[in-house]
Amino acid sequence: MEKLRKEKIAFTVIKVISFSSVVFLLTLLGYIFYKGFKVINWQFLFDLPRNGFTEGGIFPSIIGTVYLIIGTMIFAVPIGILAGVYLAEYAKENKFTDLLRISINVLAGVPSIVFGLFGLAIFVKRMHLGVSIISGSLTLGVLVLPTIIQATIEAIKNVPDSFREASYGVGATKWQTVYHISLKTAISGIFTGIIISIGRAAGEAAPILFTAATFYTRGLPASVFDKVMALPYIIYGLITEGTFPDKQVPIAYGASVILLIIVLLFSTAGIIIRIRIRRKKLW
Amino acid sequence: MVKIEVKDLKVWLGKNFVIKGINLDIPENTVTAIIGPSGCGKSTFLRCINRMNDLIPDARIEGEIIIDNNNIYNQEVNVFDLRREVGMVFQKPNPFPKSIYENIAYGLKIHGIKDKNKISEIVEKSLRDANLWDEVKDKLFESAFSLSGGQQQRLCIARAIAIKPEVILMDEPASALDPIATNSLERLIEELRKNYTIVIVTHNIQQAARVSEFTAFLYLGELVEFNRTEKIFTMPKDKRTEEYISGRFS
Repeated sequence: MEKLRKEKIAFTVIKVISFSSVVFLLTLLGYIFYKGFKVINWQFLFDLPRNGFTEGGIFPSIIGTVYLIIGTMIFAVPIGILAGVYLAEYAKENKFTDLLRISINVLAGVPSIVFGLFGLAIFVKRMHLGVSIISGSLTLGVLVLPTIIQATIEAIKNVPDSFREASYGVGATKWQTVYHISLKTAISGIFTGIIISIGRAAGEAAPILFTAATFYTRGLPASVFDKVMALPYIIYGLITEGTFPDKQVPIAYGASVILLIIVLLFSTAGIIIRIRIRRKKLW
Repeated sequence: MVKIEVKDLKVWLGKNFVIKGINLDIPENTVTAIIGPSGCGKSTFLRCINRMNDLIPDARIEGEIIIDNNNIYNQEVNVFDLRREVGMVFQKPNPFPKSIYENIAYGLKIHGIKDKNKISEIVEKSLRDANLWDEVKDKLFESAFSLSGGQQQRLCIARAIAIKPEVILMDEPASALDPIATNSLERLIEELRKNYTIVIVTHNIQQAARVSEFTAFLYLGELVEFNRTEKIFTMPKDKRTEEYISGRFS
């Protein structure tokens, strides 16, 4: 009886703790949405900021964030997949490739502000790309690269060797086997990694702080060498540096809602794809 | 006519001396069974014939395997062309995670056949030759995983014969199948031997007796005895062969 009572207490404690995490999440989302929804309307979504960002909309920031996502993916996806394929299929096990693997793991844990500093030093200054979409995309690209590489390695390692053997058995070359069998079988897993990266790239403020973002521009960027407004950065700017908090704080909440929706959309898509792969997995 | 001539074949896997000098002449358009207890090197031996062992990083191979007057271990031999000549069916059915049609078209495409009509033609013919056409003709574009184990294995045979090999290697092809599927697989092997030289590894002695014309008994990496199957089973020359086929050791 004593044992049973102890178990009951333990279960209750665990239950309460796990529920509280959900409560935190819901409170956070509820609060942001409650504060933000009031300002969201068509003008908020599709107008330029007006009167020193106290009126108008956040259209350029949405566009800026989308540009940065696209730019990031252009850099990170091909390099990430190729590096992952190399490490999973071609690299021999030795000290050098061990070092590569460890470096990638470490890189995945480096704070994003450090990536921001790196981007400033290399892309903005040394490569003279300036504070621009291209510098920001490169910096975010370096940030998400480990995620894409790891997802690619993971997905390719999950492809059973019997598929590769069958491919070699009909006379396929290594590259034909890697391309037609390993990559095509692993593609959904790789895709999941890419989607998680998109969410990450969209939401980070620190890496673009010195490399791409600006608080205010007239209109939309004209080329990849222009600075951009981006959602995470204007939220930061409006909250910390706004001179008319009563008008600007609600805009920051509205922008947070939009950013949350963008990130949530991408992660939901990622989860759905993962579920579908799992359902299709028959071997 | 001798199709495959094995001369003093030795194989090391890492530090293990697995095949200890095998000499064997495998005749054309027949079924040759390789039997022997687990770990005797029969799969390793089979995988030398299409150089699948090349994929194992620490495998070392000495000796010659001559197919149609060419030593396949010569430097200038293109291993990918070799595997087109020498097809393989594996222990566990291993179709690709693609449709039934694509499973067979894959081999054709990687060997440069682009004509869609020709591909469809070969897909149908291969499935017919593998006794599978009637069962799958209405669902060619469904996943190969929707088939039963026995059907999957016949699909793998169709995939192997689609690229027109001359030799088919089978590595315990029935070991994952139930008796009924095994039976239809054996009937298929019976039909295929008219046009192909088949080398089949099996741990099922009765199966060797049923499907093969020649049998080689391997023990601890050495060829103990090679002869016509009925001779091996009725009057084995070596005591070890006799003990193995009568089930006294395994």
